[in-house]
Amino acid sequence: MPAPAQTRIIFQHIDEPGYTPDIACYVRNGGYEVLKQAVKRKPEELIEEVKKSGLRGRGGAGFPCGVKWGLVDRKSGKPIYLIVNADESEPGTFKDRYIIHQDPHQLIEGTMISCFANNVKQAYIYIRGEFPHGARILERAIAEARGAGLVGPNILGTNYSCEIYVHRGAGAYICGEETGLIESLEGKRAYPRIKPPYFPAVLGLYQCPTIVNNVETLCHVKYIVQHGGEAFGRIGTPGNTGTRVFCVSGHVQRPGYYEFATGTITLGQLLNDVCGGPLPGRKLKAVIPGGSSAKILKFGERFKGKRKVGAEMVDYDWGVEDVPMDFDSLGMIGTMGGSGGVIVMDDSVNMVEALANINAFYSHESCGQCTPCREGSLWMKKITTRMVHGTARTEDAALLKSVADQIPGRTICAFGEACSWPTQSFLAKFGDEFKQYPETRNAAKRNDAAALI
Amino acid sequence: MIASPKPDLVTVNIDGKEIAVPKGTNVIEAARLVNVDVPYYCYHPKLTIVGNCRMCLIEMGMPAVDPATKAPVMDPATGKQKVNWIPRPQIGCGTNVSPGLHVRTTTPMVREAREGVMEFLLINHPLDCPICYQAGECKLQEQATGYGRGYSRFVEEKNVKPKRTQLGPRVTLDDERCILCSRCIRFSKEIAKDDVLGFIDRGSYSTLTCYPGKQLENNYSLCTVDICPVGALTSTDFRFKMRVWFLKQTNSIDTESSVGANTVVWSREGVIYRITPRRNDAVNDTWMSDSARLLYKQVKADSRLQAIRVNGADSGLDMAVNAAATLCRAGSVAVVGSGRSSVEEQFLTKKFAAALQAPVFLVSRVGEGDRLLISADRNPNVRGALVTGLIRSLPAARLTELGAAIDAGRVKTVVSIGEDLVAAGLSAAQLSKVAVVYLGTHANPTSAAAKVLVPTLAVFERSGSFVNQQFRLQKFHQAVPGPPGATEDLVVLSRLATAVGAAVPAELGQLWKTIAAEIPALGTMTFANLPEAGLLLDATPYAALPFAEGETLHYKPASPAAA
Repeated sequence: MPAPAQTRIIFQHIDEPGYTPDIACYVRNGGYEVLKQAVKRKPEELIEEVKKSGLRGRGGAGFPCGVKWGLVDRKSGKPIYLIVNADESEPGTFKDRYIIHQDPHQLIEGTMISCFANNVKQAYIYIRGEFPHGARILERAIAEARGAGLVGPNILGTNYSCEIYVHRGAGAYICGEETGLIESLEGKRAYPRIKPPYFPAVLGLYQCPTIVNNVETLCHVKYIVQHGGEAFGRIGTPGNTGTRVFCVSGHVQRPGYYEFATGTITLGQLLNDVCGGPLPGRKLKAVIPGGSSAKILKFGERFKGKRKVGAEMVDYDWGVEDVPMDFDSLGMIGTMGGSGGVIVMDDSVNMVEALANINAFYSHESCGQCTPCREGSLWMKKITTRMVHGTARTEDAALLKSVADQIPGRTICAFGEACSWPTQSFLAKFGDEFKQYPETRNAAKRNDAAALI
Repeated sequence: MIASPKPDLVTVNIDGKEIAVPKGTNVIEAARLVNVDVPYYCYHPKLTIVGNCRMCLIEMGMPAVDPATKAPVMDPATGKQKVNWIPRPQIGCGTNVSPGLHVRTTTPMVREAREGVMEFLLINHPLDCPICYQAGECKLQEQATGYGRGYSRFVEEKNVKPKRTQLGPRVTLDDERCILCSRCIRFSKEIAKDDVLGFIDRGSYSTLTCYPGKQLENNYSLCTVDICPVGALTSTDFRFKMRVWFLKQTNSIDTESSVGANTVVWSREGVIYRITPRRNDAVNDTWMSDSARLLYKQVKADSRLQAIRVNGADSGLDMAVNAAATLCRAGSVAVVGSGRSSVEEQFLTKKFAAALQAPVFLVSRVGEGDRLLISADRNPNVRGALVTGLIRSLPAARLTELGAAIDAGRVKTVVSIGEDLVAAGLSAAQLSKVAVVYLGTHANPTSAAAKVLVPTLAVFERSGSFVNQQFRLQKFHQAVPGPPGATEDLVVLSRLATAVGAAVPAELGQLWKTIAAEIPALGTMTFANLPEAGLLLDATPYAALPFAEGETLHYKPASPAAA
């Protein structure tokens, strides 16, 4: 079955020749019309549209956006803050950067609509430290929007005022975790908070109710308000509405970003038809479908079970290529849609070395607040690094698995899962490769030595 | 649902035991009430909760109710309401009790979680217990025996961190032992209000340090050593001095001010090695000042008085008492009592002065309070002098009145109970005009001028009680014997009183019978049944007095003028 055509909503203008990130270009293309309509409507109506749309957060967890907004404590009398999570740090993910660099006003419009809907008077865009150019673009775009009366006091001549500030991170993955981000925004170390009691919807930024949304999510809000929640809900599949931007990287012929209606394309179609399949003479070996913390899939494995289609339960028997790229299907087969970063590995990749790379990243990024993640991530890194660069032992595979099993579910934030899932899934699916690695390495060493003679 | 027996009590089920606990109690404290031990490192009852050590992970669940009808869902097997267990372990420190909460601490999930955390904490720990001064009172060591593997699976190189960082004048840090629980950071910020500690670097390489240009030098810095669950923060004074299991613990009271912080004196073979705070939630929580910990040093000071002297010549107690009695019987006596004496000593002083009909003066020591555990009144027991009737009004700043009486020739003999009269305001000329009977511990101008000098005991060498600023009667116990040549204050005072005609016993038990009989406020008490946490006395008779204390921990002055 050939792949469906792309549905470009969020990335409509990305890489469009002649499209510039300034406000004039955005307005020429119909920009800020949605905001103008939105401020004439009741905020509750807008929230209702988002709820109806079934929009799920695009940051990684896929939490329904309408539910998140519904949890906000609106009776406390405290101000409500909105934070745009532009700390796009998950390896393999690069969608938000495109939006910020090429279409920043789309984000600002989506943010302002969301602020108006939630009666937010102050919004922050928390952008990762490694995006200095993106921060400058956003600053300029906000200034332009403020000049046009779209951001700031009395927007569009109404009584509604809202400021947007850009805050740059200092280069830490953990700032993408919403409570870590809030701590960082408050000027502290980005130590994620314990939940309960510090749910952002109740006790967020400065202990006030706070909404933290991903860049892409807020762009979707603009589209939802424009076309209505029901229309948005018709894109994609039930429970997985709207479009999804996939950032494909690794061993395919045409890596890059692709936007499809969620669930309409399978992993096989995406990699083979859209991305051109494996490099010449290579075979696909494994794929991580939702950013490096998602569990890896092995080409050749099969997934069987029952799933709900409409009202009835249907049997499924999928290979990796057959899995529809949506939150629920990927969740069913034991991985996740995450942030949409699809990392492809072909048969040239040694899985021990690939895991060593991932473990190095997570041990470097563990904030160090709680014990299992702090110590476990570094231990796993030390093991895999030693395997690759020192002496690999046959028992390391079992030890790695055991260490990884001691982390998830016992930490303050989801980083515990993020750092242990790669090891768990690599071991579960490529365990033989790990067990044989000592021998593989010794053979390679012998060959290297022989070559020197 | 299980109905709460009282509105402010919540019934929870911990390992099958039902218990009603006050609302707002966390699960660790609730479990403690039913003798279920939940191990922890970062949690401290007096600090905010961060939940970072993950040692207190336990299983929790709530009784199942039908979402539609709200009716309890029963388990047909047991006939009881089903419990929906949360699939992941939860932290006990950060979870407050809620009605019907069920807790399990003995399941495989909990055991695995604890063993996992324990192993993680130990992999980069130096395991240098044999040379670590915390050994014996180390939480890591303690809980490793309960939840450790007993062997190491860690073959990698351990992290290397600074070993001997001087965080301040009194605290030395070994970063490799640190388990990053952040208790010290929270203490500095929340209790000492001196935010100087923080972590640098990330992940397992996180390192505790002072902010650039700052030092951990506030007067409560050693509390961080107390609350450090491992041997990372060490007392520069105490480290490497003595193994803690050799030390005898004696309950005592801080004499630095009228706060009366509860303390423990750690001694071995008559030598005091350190003083640490003793928890009293009504007085000092779990804290005490650094300055009070150093008070034991005066016990072994060179200036300690060690010989009874009469008219400059070495003598014995009988002769000294006779000489003093002879001086006193001549009349024109004034007694300088002390706010540092115990209640019992003050009672004897009163009996002695009353027998002579001598005026009694008290030496006032007023400084500035630090709003935490040092109050403005630096005497530990001025209120004891009020309760025993030794004085009726608060002491004047200086002994000017006594000086005037001496100058006028109305006073020929001064009996001073441990007070240096020169420091208290008498001039050398005034001192030379009177015969001085001095009971004291350390050499000073008064002891040098004394006609009769009897060395007495320091607070760590005797037992008794003080009344603190809250009018809380608190007792302290003898930790070490006094130096040779020194006599217990009670014995000297009782001998003196008896010699001038007021026979009173010197032994605490006997003495308290007399005290109870004569002072209605202390009527029902004996020394033995006075609780270690102290007993609040009725303060209303003294409400009008202008006490010097401002606000401190657990104390607000009655009259705003005093603040």
